[in-house]
Amino acid sequence: MKKKFKLVDLDCANCAAKMETAIQKIPGVNGATVSFLSQRLTLDAEDSRFEEILDEVVQVCKRIEPDCQIQR
Amino acid sequence: MTRTQRQTLLRVGGSLAGLITAALLPVTGWVRLAVFLIPYGLIGWDVLWRAVRNIAHGQVFDENFLMALATVGAFFVGEYPEAVFVMLFYQVGEFFQSYAVGKSRKSIASLMDIRPDYANIERDGGLEQVDPEEVCVGDIIVIKAGERVPLDGVVQEGTSSLDTAALTGEPIPRQIGPGEDIISGCVNLSGLLRVQVTRPFESSTVAKILDLVENASSKKAKAENFITRFAQYYTPAVVLAAVALAAIPPLVLGWAWADSISRALNFLVVSCPCALVISVPLAFFGGIGGASKEGILVKGGSYLEVLAKTETIVFDKTGTLTQGGFQVTEIAPEHGSKERLLELAALAESYSDHPIANSLRAAGGPDLDSGRVAQVEELAGRGVRAEVDGLPMCVGNGKLMKEMGISYPPCSSAGTVIHVAVQGCYQGYLVVSDAVKEDAEAAIAALKAAGVQKTVMLTGDARGTGEAVARMLGLDEVHAELLPAGKVEEVERLLEQTEGALAFVGDGINDAPVLSRADVGIAMGGLGSDAAIEAADIVLMDDKPSKIAAAIQIARRTLTIVRQNIAFALGIKALVLVLSALGMASMWAAVFADVGVSVLAILNAMRALNTSKIDREGPVQSLQTEPS
Repeated sequence: MKKKFKLVDLDCANCAAKMETAIQKIPGVNGATVSFLSQRLTLDAEDSRFEEILDEVVQVCKRIEPDCQIQR
Repeated sequence: MTRTQRQTLLRVGGSLAGLITAALLPVTGWVRLAVFLIPYGLIGWDVLWRAVRNIAHGQVFDENFLMALATVGAFFVGEYPEAVFVMLFYQVGEFFQSYAVGKSRKSIASLMDIRPDYANIERDGGLEQVDPEEVCVGDIIVIKAGERVPLDGVVQEGTSSLDTAALTGEPIPRQIGPGEDIISGCVNLSGLLRVQVTRPFESSTVAKILDLVENASSKKAKAENFITRFAQYYTPAVVLAAVALAAIPPLVLGWAWADSISRALNFLVVSCPCALVISVPLAFFGGIGGASKEGILVKGGSYLEVLAKTETIVFDKTGTLTQGGFQVTEIAPEHGSKERLLELAALAESYSDHPIANSLRAAGGPDLDSGRVAQVEELAGRGVRAEVDGLPMCVGNGKLMKEMGISYPPCSSAGTVIHVAVQGCYQGYLVVSDAVKEDAEAAIAALKAAGVQKTVMLTGDARGTGEAVARMLGLDEVHAELLPAGKVEEVERLLEQTEGALAFVGDGINDAPVLSRADVGIAMGGLGSDAAIEAADIVLMDDKPSKIAAAIQIARRTLTIVRQNIAFALGIKALVLVLSALGMASMWAAVFADVGVSVLAILNAMRALNTSKIDREGPVQSLQTEPS
């Protein structure tokens, strides 16, 4: 399943790149892009565990850029 | 301006006042330190906090850490005003940076502001505003003047003109009437239209375009990836160098610690890679945004990179360089008027579904009375035999004429020749061919002028037709009578011969394999052709081949800006790094090399969005894009 999320207060291009790499490494994630310019996260992950994976994504983002929030 | 930005401004003002007061107070020693710590804390607390927090999260070498280290270090060596001012300057720079990025993001986003907000649906005799996603196929929607077309459909009632500029970059409105297809994302300019929806919102033109553009950043250009990787190694390397710079001279050469530490701190401030990390993707995004303003959709920065070095362009013929439909291009009666010959041919073909018959009927006009035709007999691969006004006639190719024993003059026109005979008596011939697009010749000339070395046409059509079109347009090479597999082989052969990149341009209908095989696949969007939008890397929304040269120009311009930014940022940084290692640069210079360079690079990157300098039609005289 592919879903898009808005990222609030993502204000560092380097962090966006780091977030993207980190999200892609989460098991169950088929693909992820963090676009600094459109302030969007596109997450493609396994259907059955989507919510679970999304929780993990939020955790990962919090670690890298605590100011940035994912709008679910 | 966001709330955070306003807060930053207030803090900058407060801290500046505090700094001036502190500098004027006649105090010394610990009191002086305390007095300077007040404005410092006001402006820098968030940076310090983030530095500590990020280290706890395992993110050590970020800009917060560098700034915290540099300013705290400055306090240790007794440079109190400098420490406060550097933090202040840094925050002002960050403010400009966030303002500029926010602004550019908005201007790019507004280009893609084609998402319809609502649809007017007819329910129980009244009109109801609903979300376009809720409308089903087959529903009737009403589009009033001034409204955006929310879904793809067919016009049932009403005529109007449509502004398609958001999709195609075409400034002239398009006329539309009953029975015609209407594309979502256009704006209805004048009349009221009743439209039957043909596709759900998810697969509508507007949803596809938005999806494509929003995901454009996923195909990152090499330069973008380079920058991300570069930043990973660069910051730790600079920190190590700074430590060496601080420790080695005092230990080995016996210098004063304060001096070497302040040099090392300058070194650290300069090192932040932000100018590159932000401005490079921004330039690519600007280029993509500028291109979409021209009706050229680019799926990612990497394709701009490839397009900029395209040397060979391979075209499909039908639908790409030509209109893709048959038209009567020549009428040559043996005796009598042209109208009479066309009328006879059109009448005889009035029951046929063959594309040639359709084009004859279209040319004959709407007043043909098919009641005058009887006894129609289609002869596959040859033509038609019928009675028109009671007279037996045959309309078809040379083979049919030979079979009927009718002699006809030889003719060498490019296209399909249709002979007409009535009662065994030869009347003349018509030529039906696929007309070349108006701007095709100018498009090829513009590509040549832009430095494209080779233009090739591939076609499944007959050799004679293909060669005639190629000659007319000035193409370098033509390969005719190719099956789809043959096209792939031909492109592979050309790929081997080409040193730079090879672009393939097709209409996407049966070109998908070739589109994906080429270095960059360009599809004629055909306003709503699914296959094209999916298979290609670049989509031309208005089907005009002349847009290819414009796309190449935009790509080159974007790449130039990216190179300028990389060279400028690295150049200034290298210079200040060397100067601060030698003790010749102040901390001011260091902060400029960090934040000032970022802001300038961002402003430069924004130029990529501006496409007004791109020559839209006709040959391009000069291209000063390659700096090397």
